[in-house]
Amino acid sequence: MAEPVQTPAGARSLLDHALGWRWALPLFVFLLALPLITPLIGGDFYLGLAARILIFALAATSLNLILGFGGLVSFGHAAFVGVGAYTAGVLLQEGVHSAWILWPAAMVVTALFAAVIGAICLRTRGVYFIMITLAFAQMLYYLAISTKAYGGDDGLSLAARGTLGGGLELANERTFYWTTLALVTLALLLVWRLLNARFGHALQAMRENETRMEAVGFAVYGHRLMAFVIAGALAGLAGALLASLGGFVSPSMMQWSQSGLLMVMVILGGVGHLWGGVIGAVVFLLLEEVLSHYTIYWQFVLGAALLAVVLVAPNGLMSLFRRRGTP
Amino acid sequence: MNHQVPFALLRRTFFAAAVSAVLTVPALAADHVKIGLLSTLSGPGAGLGIDIRDGFQLAVKLNGGKLGGLPAEVVVADDQASPDVGRQTADRLVKRDKVDFMTGIVFSNVMLAAGAPTFAAKTFYISANAGPSQYAGEQCNPYFFSASWQNDNQHEAVGKTVADKGFKRVALIAPNYPAGKDALAGFKRFYTGGEIVSESYTPLNLLDYGAELSKLRAAKPDAVYIFLPGGLGINFIKQFVGAGLSKDMTLFGPGFSADEDVIKAVGNPMLGMFNTSQWAHDLDNAANKKFVAAFEKEYGRLPTLYASQGYDAANLIAAAVRDTKGKLDDKAAVHKALKAAKFDSVRGSFKFNSNQFPIQDYYLRIITSDSKGRVTNRTIGTVFKNHADAYAASCKMPAL
Amino acid sequence: MTGILFLEQALNGLQFGLMLFLLAAGLTLVFGIMDMINLAHGSLYMVGAYLVAAATTASGSFWIGLVAGVVGAALFGVLLELTVLRRLYTRDHLSQVLGTFAILLMCNEAVRFIWGSQPVLLSPPDSLSGPVELLPGFHYPAYRLLIIGVGLVVALGLWGLITRTRIGMQLRAGASNREMALAMGVPVRALFTALFGLGAALCAVAGGLLGPLLAVQVGMGESILILAFVVIVIGGIGSVRGALLGALLVGVVDTAGRTLIPLLFGAVLGPEAADNAGPAVASILIYVLMAAVLFFKPRGLFPAHG
Repeated sequence: MAEPVQTPAGARSLLDHALGWRWALPLFVFLLALPLITPLIGGDFYLGLAARILIFALAATSLNLILGFGGLVSFGHAAFVGVGAYTAGVLLQEGVHSAWILWPAAMVVTALFAAVIGAICLRTRGVYFIMITLAFAQMLYYLAISTKAYGGDDGLSLAARGTLGGGLELANERTFYWTTLALVTLALLLVWRLLNARFGHALQAMRENETRMEAVGFAVYGHRLMAFVIAGALAGLAGALLASLGGFVSPSMMQWSQSGLLMVMVILGGVGHLWGGVIGAVVFLLLEEVLSHYTIYWQFVLGAALLAVVLVAPNGLMSLFRRRGTP
Repeated sequence: MNHQVPFALLRRTFFAAAVSAVLTVPALAADHVKIGLLSTLSGPGAGLGIDIRDGFQLAVKLNGGKLGGLPAEVVVADDQASPDVGRQTADRLVKRDKVDFMTGIVFSNVMLAAGAPTFAAKTFYISANAGPSQYAGEQCNPYFFSASWQNDNQHEAVGKTVADKGFKRVALIAPNYPAGKDALAGFKRFYTGGEIVSESYTPLNLLDYGAELSKLRAAKPDAVYIFLPGGLGINFIKQFVGAGLSKDMTLFGPGFSADEDVIKAVGNPMLGMFNTSQWAHDLDNAANKKFVAAFEKEYGRLPTLYASQGYDAANLIAAAVRDTKGKLDDKAAVHKALKAAKFDSVRGSFKFNSNQFPIQDYYLRIITSDSKGRVTNRTIGTVFKNHADAYAASCKMPAL
Repeated sequence: MTGILFLEQALNGLQFGLMLFLLAAGLTLVFGIMDMINLAHGSLYMVGAYLVAAATTASGSFWIGLVAGVVGAALFGVLLELTVLRRLYTRDHLSQVLGTFAILLMCNEAVRFIWGSQPVLLSPPDSLSGPVELLPGFHYPAYRLLIIGVGLVVALGLWGLITRTRIGMQLRAGASNREMALAMGVPVRALFTALFGLGAALCAVAGGLLGPLLAVQVGMGESILILAFVVIVIGGIGSVRGALLGALLVGVVDTAGRTLIPLLFGAVLGPEAADNAGPAVASILIYVLMAAVLFFKPRGLFPAHG
């Protein structure tokens, strides 16, 4: 079993990704203090918006893991978000209220789906991989529509958000927001450590040259499947949080256009950059919120902005801030 | 190297602009009434939502931009006939825009999704269309008032009509969503003396009815009852006639499938179609005459029943604002005023049942050419008088 | 009776398949030759439909409207290619996805701005709004027969263009090996622009013909776009012949599935299953078909690349 070239301890290799403590830490403090600021500007609604942005940042980062770092263009990622949401939703409907069960359950169920779907899809390449992932996502979407017991096409309204125990109710906007912030931060730290470890290096190397990695002795299929499952589990967590936030799950969460939206966020932020998913989600959703204030044709302006980014930035917004450019 | 300075600046200015734009607070004023009109303004159901909006805004205009003495601000939003979007937009309207009343939703699946956040925020919802059986019975809520009807009603009236006319083999078609289920349940409740040869629920976004028409050809009914509102009805009727089925089968529909919007699109093939409604533009009362004339003048077309419902919803809200003298924070007083419903409805007399759904008359209409040569509805009789919905008994109305 | 049912489904499937072919042909050529993923292809379909509707209303004649709309859409496609799309050729697929997605958004809003959110009315010509008696006791809508007719004529014309003309030869060369075609002196820029115009024209024909049957509304391109992608993957990227076969397959399977699966469910599992699960399973059928085709022929039925 061969090892990638050992870099001296402390030195950064091309495959490492810095967290960027210098601006990440102030950002975190700002987000932590946000619930104290929002009462001044209109309250709960903006806190809910912030939570929503964080959740999408998580979903986009999970997609970036396989799309950006793994080079696997999955057009069915929204299905994993949906599976997580439905798992949490169905459990809540059946009377399970403890978040300690809901979220791990959502992650486990989604991971299982990802394992099965990944096992089949990863045998294909290129545009066929894209289409097969799309096919599976559409199948899950139509499956959700046909399940009238849980609302079908009309969706399922959830009566509660869940509880953390010890008096911490997620129905309280602040509690929910801080919990979401904690979870998303943990997930991002996990992805960061993963990418800088051998697993992440290997994954990126496989993106660059699959044949060589295979020849050198790495199990390409196994690595990628592992990444797919982890990405799926994180997406499932995002889905469960989304279900609690909106109090509503519906098959439209799993539509291919939602997968496309996640992809757009990742591409916008910067494929293969650690913060790509986060930046993409934040910019996209903030643009959506701000623009809709000013005009009902905000999607036009949004489209124009996205087009400008594509034409100007070689690889998403993050590539504007980093000298490394295309990874 | 040179690129990094301008981009860093760009980044900072962008974030600053974004944050400050989002944080701009609209000035809050307690001296006007704010109404969230969430309706379907795009897709095949757009005609319905646009009519509700136009009827509502006409009422506001005729009152000098006020409702019940207070200046009215109507925030219009599109739910795109999606329960998902509807729920999120309702959430935004009650939480961010802090509207005093909500109204406008066309489709019952959107209504059921958007209801929860609205009631949780203790905002009154005055329905200008959707009247799901859930809100009339077991899930009735003091914050929900229907200014239109309960979903089953118009269909109940047609069921009775088809039975009275002696048709023995009936095929039923409705979209597969809560109101579709309510519709056919209502029809079957009052249809007697014959056989339902086929009952099918189609996807709510279906536009190509080839499969349905094949099924009808096979089932050979003598009457076909369709509940297909707006664009769905337009497509079905055109394809029904196009396939030659109208020669052997008589088509019936509720007012939803046979009003001005569908007539305008389909035209002459609809002549002779029977339908029922709680309102018609030729109803003989002062409020209605004023409404129809004003609507035609303002918008250049005849109003549909959706427009009449939007107009009545606005006037109901105006009555509540007037009777509470603008003290909209006193929810109990607003509730009492709404329940009393002291306003001039274009339907004639209007009163609420215990479950806050109307008790009213239902008329039989037929599509003919009128004196001006237009293809339109004519009222030819009354099917029900003082008709209440079937779910009131199972409603245990909770406290405010 | 069952014979009539099957015949009706076969004709409906043929009709839908031919329209899908019009969309897929342009898409597969663009993807195969220019190696560009174009999510805005559905927007060309939508713009085409709207232009046909506008021209029909303005001129009072469906036929004039159809021709004028198609010409207008072709011009729009050429304009789009010259201004924006040209810059995306050299970019990676993901940038193309983002760029064409942006164009999709802009097209949707521009159409909404010009024509409003409400669907626009487009009716078939009066002469064709009734049924035709194909067999004793079997009436089939005349308008659908027209669609089949036009679809066959266009397919034939396209076949002639691809196989019998110089331009067609250059297209086929470019599809199978772009570098070589370039080296052999194919006028690339002009060809690409012409190709886009052609693709837009085909989309407009489909949009204009399907408009009276379905609805001319904002976002109508999205739902058919995904089917078009499935078609070109089944048929083989870059192959027009594959697009035709793939489109017919998808058209027939989709249409027949929508009728037969609910019937089957109704007979075996009861009416509830027929109404709830039936349409959903019918929709999944296409993806199962795609997976099955890819299992046996991983590059599609007629892969264009050498």
